[in-house]
Amino acid sequence: MRNFLIWAVVAVALIILPNLVSFSQQEVLVFLTINILVVASYRLLTLTGEWSLGHVVIMGVGAYASALVTKELGLWVPLGILVGGASAAFIAFLLSYPLFRMKGFYFLIGSFAAGEIIRLLWKRFRDPFGGAKGIKGIDPMPDFSIGIYQFDFFEPVSYFYFSAVVVALCLWILWRIEKSPVGLTFHAVHWQDKLAQASGVNLRSYRTLAFVIASGFAGIAGALLAHYIGTINPNSFDVEVMVFVLTWAIVGGTGTFYGPILGCIVLTILNEIVLRELGLEQTRPLIYGLILILSILFMPNGLESIVQKFTRRKEAK
Amino acid sequence: MFELLAQTGLNAAYAASYISLVAVGLVLIFGVMGVINFAHGELFMAGSYVVVALYADRMVPFFVAVVAGLIFVGILGLIMERALFRPLRDNPLGGLVASIGFLLILQALAVLGFGVRMEYVPPLTQDVIVFADKISIPVARLYVIIAAVVMLSALWYFLKRTRFGWALRASAQDPEAAALQGISVTQTAMIAMFIGAGFAGLAGALTAPLVSVNPHMGHTIIVTAFIVIIVGGVGSLEGAVVASVVYAFVHTFVTTFYDGVLADITGLSLMLIVLIVKPTGLFGSADRA
Repeated sequence: MRNFLIWAVVAVALIILPNLVSFSQQEVLVFLTINILVVASYRLLTLTGEWSLGHVVIMGVGAYASALVTKELGLWVPLGILVGGASAAFIAFLLSYPLFRMKGFYFLIGSFAAGEIIRLLWKRFRDPFGGAKGIKGIDPMPDFSIGIYQFDFFEPVSYFYFSAVVVALCLWILWRIEKSPVGLTFHAVHWQDKLAQASGVNLRSYRTLAFVIASGFAGIAGALLAHYIGTINPNSFDVEVMVFVLTWAIVGGTGTFYGPILGCIVLTILNEIVLRELGLEQTRPLIYGLILILSILFMPNGLESIVQKFTRRKEAK
Repeated sequence: MFELLAQTGLNAAYAASYISLVAVGLVLIFGVMGVINFAHGELFMAGSYVVVALYADRMVPFFVAVVAGLIFVGILGLIMERALFRPLRDNPLGGLVASIGFLLILQALAVLGFGVRMEYVPPLTQDVIVFADKISIPVARLYVIIAAVVMLSALWYFLKRTRFGWALRASAQDPEAAALQGISVTQTAMIAMFIGAGFAGLAGALTAPLVSVNPHMGHTIIVTAFIVIIVGGVGSLEGAVVASVVYAFVHTFVTTFYDGVLADITGLSLMLIVLIVKPTGLFGSADRA
C-alpha cells in the first residue's frame, strides 16, 4: 500500500511537472525520458560484464527501421516503434555471432567497429538511408484522445506523456527481467562465470540474450527519438553520443538498477539548468570530461554509493 | 596503369609512416601500463595545434615547432600518467574511461582556444619530386616518411640496445618480476607514456600542413590506430608497424579505386575479421589483455 502511494505521487508529479517549465525545458524532458531508457537498457548489458561501444548505433538501428517502415510502407507509428525495437534486437542477434567470440577489451573494440560499420553503411547508401543527410520528415505520432486528455503531438507535453508511459513500461519490464531467474543468471555470468558454466549455464547464450534484450529496448528508445525530432542522420548516433551514455552510466554507477538513471537525470539537470543558464554550452565536453575523470578516480561506484551511504545510515539509526 | 599503382603505393607509404608512429605509441602505452589510451587521437590533434600555434601563427621555424610538438605532447602524456593511469593502475577499465574523459577535455580546450574552424597551415614547401615523368611525391610528404623511419629506428635501438629499453620491455612482459629486479615500474611507465604520447604528437605536428587541422580530427586517427593495433596484435610493436603498412596500402588503394567511405568500411571489416579469426592479431601473443 505504501509503495502504491509513492508511485501514485510520482505519477502525479510527472503529470504536473511539464506544465511548470518552459517550452525548451519540456523538450529536454522528452529527451530525458528517452535517454533514461537508453542507459537503463545499457545497464542490462553491463550486468553480464560486457561493455559495448555500439549501443547508440543499435539505438540508431531502431530509429532508422521505424522511420523507414512508417515513411515508406505507411505503417502506423506505434507499430513502427515496435518494429524499430524488433529490428534493433534482430541486428544485435546477428552481431552477437562475431562479437561474442570476444570478451572484455576485445568485445569493446569489436562492438565499436561493428557500430562504425553500420553507421558508415547508412552514410554510403543514399537509398534507402538517405546518406550523410539522413532521413527527414519522419511521420510524427498521430494525435489521439483518451477522453480526459487530447494528445496533440505538436506539443512536447503530449509527447512527454506518451514517451514517459512507454519508457515506464519498458523500465518495468527491464526490472522484472533483472529480478527474474534469467536476470540472476546474468549476474552469475559476470561474477562467477566458471561456477555458472560448471552448473550448466551456457555463458554465451546468456550474454547473447542480454545483448539482444538490451538492444531491443535501445531500438525502442531510438524510434521514440526519431518520431519526436522528425529527422535522423548517421551523426545523431556517433561515438560522441555513446560517450555521453557511458558517462551517465559510470557517473551514476552500474551496480544498481537506479544508478545509471540517477546519473542521467543528474547530469541532464546539470547540463540544461546550470550550463545553459550560465551560457557555458561550449564547455560541456570539458565539464563532462572532468566529471568522468573525477568520478572514476574518487567515486568508482558512482552516485548510487552516496545514496546507499545515506540509506544505510538511516537504517543504522 | 603501372604509374597509377606506383603513385598509389607512394601515397600509401606516406600514410603508413604517420599511422605507424601513432600506433606504435599506443601499443607501447598498452604494453607497459595495460591501459588502452582512447585519447591517443587527441594527442595527435594536440601535436597539430602546436604547429598551428607556433609555425602558422607565430612564424617559428617548422622543425622547431615539430620538436616543440613532440615535447609538449610528451608532457601531456606524463600528466595523464601521473593524474589518471597511476591512481587507476589496478583498474584497467577505469584507465580507459579516464582517457575518454581526457579526450573530451583536450577536444574542448582546442575548441575554446582555436574555435571549431579548420586551421590553415601554410605548406612547408611546394617542391615535388617526380620519377619517370608520371610518379610524383611532394617533398613535405617525404619528410614525414623520413621522420617516421628515423624515429622508429631510434625507438627500436632504444628498446633493444639500452638498459632503459631492457627495463621497459621487462616491465611490459612481467611487471612483478621486473619490480623484483629493482626496476621502477613508475619510472618505466613515465618513459613509456612520454615516448608513446610524444610519437603521437610528432605525427600530428609533421602532418599538420598536409591534413585539415580541426578539434575533431582525432576521431579518424584513433579509429585507424585501433584497427592497426588489433590487426597487428595488441602489445606487439613489430605487428603495429607491419599492420600500419598493410592497412595504409589497403585503405589508399580502395580510396583511389572506389571511394573513401568504402575504404573505411573495408578497414573496419578487416579488424572485425581479425578479431573473429585470430583475436591475438598477426603478431600478438596470447599473454596480455
